[in-house]
Amino acid sequence: MSVIHLSMADLGLAALLVLLLAALSFVLRLQLQRQILISAARTTIQLLLIGLVLKSLFASSSPFWIALMALVMLAVAGREVMQRQKRPFRGAWGYGLGTLSMFVSSFATTVFALQAVIGTEPWYLPQYSIPLLGMMLGNTMNGVALALDRLTSSAWQQRAVIETRLTLGQDWSEAIADISRDSLRTGMLPIINAMAAAGIVSLPGMMTGQILSGTPPLEAVKYQILIMFMIAAGTGFASVIATWLGARRLFDARQRLRLSRLAGGE
Amino acid sequence: MSRGYYSNPLLSLRLCVEILLALRVEILSCLPALRYPVPMAILKVIKLAVLNIPPVSFTLQAGECVGLSGPSGEGKSLLLRALADLIPHEGRVMLDGEDCNHVHPAQWRRRVGLLLPESHWWSDRVGDHFPVREMDRVHALGFDERVFDWQVSRCSSGEKQRLALLRLLANLPEVLLLDEPTASLDPRSTRRVEALVEDYRREHAAPVLWVSHDPAQLARVADRQLRLEHKILREAAA
Repeated sequence: MSVIHLSMADLGLAALLVLLLAALSFVLRLQLQRQILISAARTTIQLLLIGLVLKSLFASSSPFWIALMALVMLAVAGREVMQRQKRPFRGAWGYGLGTLSMFVSSFATTVFALQAVIGTEPWYLPQYSIPLLGMMLGNTMNGVALALDRLTSSAWQQRAVIETRLTLGQDWSEAIADISRDSLRTGMLPIINAMAAAGIVSLPGMMTGQILSGTPPLEAVKYQILIMFMIAAGTGFASVIATWLGARRLFDARQRLRLSRLAGGE
Repeated sequence: MSRGYYSNPLLSLRLCVEILLALRVEILSCLPALRYPVPMAILKVIKLAVLNIPPVSFTLQAGECVGLSGPSGEGKSLLLRALADLIPHEGRVMLDGEDCNHVHPAQWRRRVGLLLPESHWWSDRVGDHFPVREMDRVHALGFDERVFDWQVSRCSSGEKQRLALLRLLANLPEVLLLDEPTASLDPRSTRRVEALVEDYRREHAAPVLWVSHDPAQLARVADRQLRLEHKILREAAA
């Protein structure tokens, strides 16, 4: 079985659905029609652009361009993590915290999978490395953003409890232990749930894509399992790193709670 | 006749040891200083400045209770929080000649015990907040051992305030900083708290800094009084 090519007219038909949705939003006065149309346009343009980029990237296979691409993806994911937090850290920490934890975790996991599991030649083969890294970053980003948002907003709300624990002679890590644990659970639960529901409730996107393009279902399933494991580990490790660094950053060298280091802090 | 019990040097030595062992509880209890090797704590504050409060200097002598009063919003609580090294501050705080900055922060807060005006709890059960259970003090505040099984959420604010004091004293702090410790207590409980702090202070020779808005209370508990007004700390006439 080979891929059935989609023509521009085919995509135009699909776009009618979006136009219909926009019209519905107008009728129901949801005031979302503008956003719907702009977002649909962005999807089209961004995906076409990335298609062109990937096409030339696969053609050249130069490590430099692959590394640059990976770094751009990381930078955008880092920005997304910061923007999803109600009270990110001020200054370079706000951006650096999530980005660093995603970098360590996603890149390590992806390189491990490429080298030890799949064994591509060369190991950075862009047809494998870029999509894998993309899926890793996309999911890790969710985990890190959820964990950090929970950490900072809980610390904000439970300031008095943390300070009480400090006055009783607890170490910073002990005083914020409950909150850290909660944040980690928040960051990790979505991927744990996704693993539990995979195949029953939802057919994962990558597997579906591979099947559509003619890969035998069992091969597609094996890849999907690999990806799920990578995402789970990557998200978990990144959440641990981000939560630990974030919790540490909430306290100064004298182990005082410093909420002024968060945006919106006094 | 065989030789007497007392003439055998080994046996009489053993007897001495046994007598000492049998009496060890009584002997030790005569020496409270040995049971509680607490140094004479003196808290010395030199040019301590927090936020908008100009530098203040004062000394709390061992076993001395000092009252601190003044209008709300003058920074009494800030001052106490700085002494416990809970907020950044300038100047020096010394305990027994040791600079705050040279003591591990958690250790410092254990030694300089701060009771915050509102009590906060992180576990459901009261007992989970107590590392050790000192029953004498629990009874002194009108509770019994069942209190440790209580749910925090079902305690009244007055009960929580008294329990917070017990929780703090369980750490055996060398200095007590009490920020309105009886604000939500009835007169009976207030007297119990005052008596308990008094006992603790005498037993451990601990200096106490007591913040209160009640002049009568400060007159009862304090050896001398400080007043923070118009951002200036001065000795108040008793």
